[in-house]
Amino acid sequence: MSADTKAGTFTPRPGAAPLSRMIRAQAALETRMLLRNGEQLLLTVVIPTLLLVLFSSVDIVDTGEGEAVDFLAPGVLALAVLSTAFTGQAIATGFERRYGVLKRLGASPLPRWGLMAAKTCAVLVTEVLQIVLLTAIAFALGWSPHGNPFAVLLLLVLGTAAFSGLGLLMAGTLKAEVTLAAANLVFLLLLVGGGVIVPLEKFPDAARAVLELLPVSALSGGLRDVLRDGAAMPWADLGILAGWSALGLGAAARFFRWE
Amino acid sequence: MRSSFPGDTPRTPGREPAVEVRGLVKRYGAKTAVDGLDLSVARGSLTAVLGPNGAGKTTTVETCEGYRRPDAGTVRVLGLDPLADSAALRPRIGVMLQSGGVYPGAHAEEMLRHTATLHAHPVDVDTLIERLGLGTCGRTAYRRLSGGQQQRLALAMAVVGRPELVFLDEPTAGLDPQARHATWDLVRELRADGVTVVLTTHYMDEAEALADDVAIIDSGRVVAQGSPEELCRGGAENTLRFGGRPGLDLVSLLKALPADSAAVELTPGTYRVTGKIDPQLLATVTTWCAQHGVMPDRIAVERHTLEDVFLELTGKELRA
Repeated sequence: MSADTKAGTFTPRPGAAPLSRMIRAQAALETRMLLRNGEQLLLTVVIPTLLLVLFSSVDIVDTGEGEAVDFLAPGVLALAVLSTAFTGQAIATGFERRYGVLKRLGASPLPRWGLMAAKTCAVLVTEVLQIVLLTAIAFALGWSPHGNPFAVLLLLVLGTAAFSGLGLLMAGTLKAEVTLAAANLVFLLLLVGGGVIVPLEKFPDAARAVLELLPVSALSGGLRDVLRDGAAMPWADLGILAGWSALGLGAAARFFRWE
Repeated sequence: MRSSFPGDTPRTPGREPAVEVRGLVKRYGAKTAVDGLDLSVARGSLTAVLGPNGAGKTTTVETCEGYRRPDAGTVRVLGLDPLADSAALRPRIGVMLQSGGVYPGAHAEEMLRHTATLHAHPVDVDTLIERLGLGTCGRTAYRRLSGGQQQRLALAMAVVGRPELVFLDEPTAGLDPQARHATWDLVRELRADGVTVVLTTHYMDEAEALADDVAIIDSGRVVAQGSPEELCRGGAENTLRFGGRPGLDLVSLLKALPADSAAVELTPGTYRVTGKIDPQLLATVTTWCAQHGVMPDRIAVERHTLEDVFLELTGKELRA
């Protein structure tokens, strides 16, 4: 009893930190990792900002009646959600899996669901920063939004869920390099064909019917219905996003590999 | 909470082994990585799992850490099932993976502080940084650290939570001698402070220098387990070598030596005596040399090493 009780630097005293502290710390770390990555910032901040400024002030794409910025701002907000929840998260998580970060955290006291919750927090924090920045720029460009803020919030949350599910599915099943390439390609394709800067009316009817089912089309279309046209609740778009969320998150939960 | 058999003396939780592996089998496709492995690690001990690359060391340790599901056999770590009781076990163990485990963009200190935050009573981070010479890496991104610095950070992350049991998978692989000794010192201190340590290695000097207990693994099985002294004492005999003029008459030497000894001239002028090499035998040999006017040149007692034991047990070099 006597000699053994002398405490050394490493004398065992194990224990997990309180769950809320672990998730908070993990969320803060994940957010720092997201914001520190230069390529990610290009995707999440620079590209949406440039698109908004450029296409609002120069008449490149015919955005239909009314101010260009009223068409573009909702689309660019949808793009911001896509860039963070899908592209950024897929690439970062893919490399974390590849470098054993997810594996090592799997042996820490933080439960796996806690890690996913922290990742979601990091995505939401980044989105808030993006939305604040893009909204300020849009206002400076003469944007006059309408509609129900609650509907906007619901669209953004469901859009985040849908893109997160798809991003994590990709990160948890493909090689990191493949995820990197594929996530960027999908970003580019959805930017062009998802009603973000090019109105879907410009596409042939058959193509349009398919494109309207894409999550980014539902998000940009829904945001535009509310913010530009003052719609109350864009149920069809919310339904599409809910469908993608269930599909993406379900498949990610089923197929995600941690190593 | 398993019930004990009638007549069993009730065991206090602290008495059972820290790690108890019985009949572990793990296959990856057609390849059997671990093939009926038994391993017991006493609480408070430092156990080295020694074997060549591909012997099944990492698979065994990763099964104990809860990363792998056994195809057969049982694994108990601190009395718990690493998979079913993962939530209860994880805070009590420290894990150092063979490589990686850190965000490529994270700084060393940032990552260590974060790991400390996940635990209730962590070791002081500044002390640990100083002890492992990580002070210069403070704000450098992990991917820009040297291999040795990455290894030491992983070690620090494994011990920062004050675990009861740590698993170190090749903690000194690729380290320079100085860093290697810093790691050895830390591992010894862990043991002195009452932490149970399981480390894998393919360096026999590491196992000999650190371990209370060595489990030699080959082709997915434990082929021998015991203290380094026990393992070296068993097996082949020790040897005494010396040089002298060629063609000495060894018959008279053999008469003077104990019955279970042998003496041969390996190459002209090089002699080897095998048997129980003790001070008495050494004196006998030098006396005989003096009587025959021989100056025993380069006389050396060669202790039987774990490397010899390994070679004998498996027919393989340890570092293939």
